[in-house]
Order: sequence, then structure tokens, then C-alpha cells
Amino acid sequence: MFCEKAVELIRELHRMGDGQLPAFNEDSIRQVLEEMKALYEQNQSDVNEAKTEGKSELIPTIKFRHCCLLRNQRCIAAYLYDRLLRIRALRWEYGSVLPTTIRFHMCAEEMEWFNQYKKSLATYMRSIGGEEGLDITQDMKPPKSLYIEVRCLKDHGEFEIDDGTVILLKKNSQHFLPRWKCEQLIRQGVLEHVIS
Amino acid sequence: MADGLSDGSDLSAGEEGQEDVLTPAELITKLEEAWLNEKFSPELLENKSELVECVMEQLTHMEENLQRVRKGDVKASVHRMEIDRIRFVLSSYLRSRLQKIEKFFPHVLEKEKSRADGDPSFLSPEEFAFAKEYLANTEVYLRAVALKHMPPNLQNIDMLKAVPEPCLDSFVFLRVKERQENILVEPETDEQREYVVDLDEGSQHLMRYRTIAPLVSSGAVQLI
Repeated sequence: MFCEKAVELIRELHRMGDGQLPAFNEDSIRQVLEEMKALYEQNQSDVNEAKTEGKSELIPTIKFRHCCLLRNQRCIAAYLYDRLLRIRALRWEYGSVLPTTIRFHMCAEEMEWFNQYKKSLATYMRSIGGEEGLDITQDMKPPKSLYIEVRCLKDHGEFEIDDGTVILLKKNSQHFLPRWKCEQLIRQGVLEHVIS
Repeated sequence: MADGLSDGSDLSAGEEGQEDVLTPAELITKLEEAWLNEKFSPELLENKSELVECVMEQLTHMEENLQRVRKGDVKASVHRMEIDRIRFVLSSYLRSRLQKIEKFFPHVLEKEKSRADGDPSFLSPEEFAFAKEYLANTEVYLRAVALKHMPPNLQNIDMLKAVPEPCLDSFVFLRVKERQENILVEPETDEQREYVVDLDEGSQHLMRYRTIAPLVSSGAVQLI
């Protein structure tokens, strides 16, 4: 039946819950595009026949193929757009640099979209309030306490906090640091919030 | 809250000749109201650039004050916490707006393009630029990956039709700030008929957003 490959694409995304990004299914997309090409060409020749030889009984088939074409277009657009939304969420979750495992799942055009999105977002954030701007990807949770206990999960080198002191973030070391400084590192997996 | 902010600072005098001069406490209250309204409203609300600018100035001022306080002084922690709280509310407010702009981008742009010159704008110039870039970026992407490989009559997608509009019929909780009389409530089903309610000051309700949308922008009700 027509459009099955297209619906399969949607199902694939639907199966991966919680914003995970599966690998870009170039194969399936190519197959859907080929099916669209075939349907369109069949329609073109039928339309010609219907016009020149007055075979109006071809018209329902032509309409049916057109519906399939529209459905394929819609499914592909939905698949691609949903992936963009997941990629967008990655900027807010991981920051400007994506983990390599995720990057492997993106096609070149998605990477380009991500880069443009990053730029737009950065320009916007810099313009907030008219001076230096505000990084709104920070402060994702209401502040509960000023300082938090964190454990270092990987070696991260030296880290400077506001009053000038430099902390050495060595794997497994624990520190009592200002919350706002740690947020991004916690999200990147470098630090872990220790809740005793 | 007002104690922490006023170290004898006459901030209101510093704000660039606004018509109604706000105390710092009033400014933050206004920010929190705008934040809650934006969070709970299904559609993008009027843009409040002035408010954002004032709050940013306030934060800068408070950071400067903080530098002057002796390190380790208890006051420093309280100030710091306050700064963090205000920054969180401001960030959350701007994030809410950005999320809605991205979610409804063709409609938001259409609304802004078709508004009359005198009407208040929904997007700040920077938000407008962001929305336009988002649209262009997405269109370029879809064209490059799929649309240009499709049959000639299917190479365009009407974004206004493809992207859903905000659901103005969703229900919202609200508190009434100014008494309203004779609010017309549209029927939801065929069996119902439209009826009229009065909203008393201080009362709280659960209603369809569409019914009270104008009251939110006028400030007569507060979404909660």
C-alpha cells in the first residue's frame, strides 16, 4: 500500500520517547521521495490521457494518487520538523556543543539548522536589556540555596569562582560551590549535585 | 523583599524619565505578574520591553551594591539570593515568550505584520528578528532536505496551515483585580446558551482563555 514507508518514519520517532534523537533515516526518506516521483509521473501520464482521449474514468485514480502524494509530503514534513524540535531541545539541555554520539545521528542540514539556531539565540540573548544581555539558558530552576555540595565526575581542570579563588576539579573531589556557577557543569555531566 | 532592595537607594529617580515612576518593589511585582500571565496564557502576550530593561538595570544596580558590601557579611548572602531570584523570574519570563514564539512562529509573525501602526506590538524588535530567522532557517532546512526533491507542485508548504495555532479555548485560572460586569461567556456545546457573569474583585475563577483575553492585557485579571 502507498505511504507505508512514510508512516513508518513517524512510528519510528513515536517509539523513541523523551526527546531522544534516533539516527537520521536517510534510506526511508529516499524511498518515500522515490514513491512520490513514481506516483507523480503516473499521474502526469494519466492526466494527459484523460485530457486527450477523454477517459474520465481515470480521474478517481488520479485523485487517489494525489492524496497519497499529499500524505507522503505531510509525513515527511512531520518527521523532519519533529526532529528539529528535538534538536532544538538539545541546545537548551547540553549547551552549544553537542556530544559526539548525538552529532552522529544528525544529517548535515540538521547540523546547519542547529548552528543557525545557536547563532539566532545568542544574538537575541545578547540584546536583552540593552547592555550585556542575559543568558536565559541558565537559571532553569528557582534558586533554593546559595551554595551546593557537588562531586566532580571527571577531571575538568581549574575553575574560578566569583571571589577569585581557583578550585581544581579533579575526578571524585567534592566541593561546596555557588549554585549558579555549577548549573551548566551539572547539565554537562562534569559535576554531580550531592544531596545528603 | 522591599527591605533587601532599598539600601536607601533611590532607584526610581534613576530610571530614564518614565511617566509612572516605580519603586523597586513595584517593579518586581510587575515583573512577577507579567511572568505568571505569560506562563499561563496559551498565546503570546504583549511585549514588555521597558519592564525588561528596568529589571536588568535593577539587577546591575544590585550587583554593584553587592560588590560594596564586605565579603562574608550576612547581608551579602541575602542580597545574592534576591538577585538570583529576580534573575530566575526574568529568565523564566523570557523563556516562556521564546518558547511560544518558536511554537507558533508563522502565526506570531503574521500577527505582527498585519497589526496597525498604533497597536501595541507583541514582539520586541529582537524577538521579531529571532522569529524571522527561525522561520527562514526552518524553511531553508525543509527545502534542502526534502522539498526540493519532491514533484514540482509539492515543493511548498504553507507554514500557516502546517503549524497549529495556539488554543485560545484552553481553560485558565484567574484572579480578578478589577471588578468586571457583564462578561459574555460563549456556549461550549449546542445545548448550552451564552450567559453573562459578573466578576467580583478578589474572586478566583476557572474560565476559557478566549473569554477573558482582553482582561488579561488590560490588567483587570491576573492569571494564576
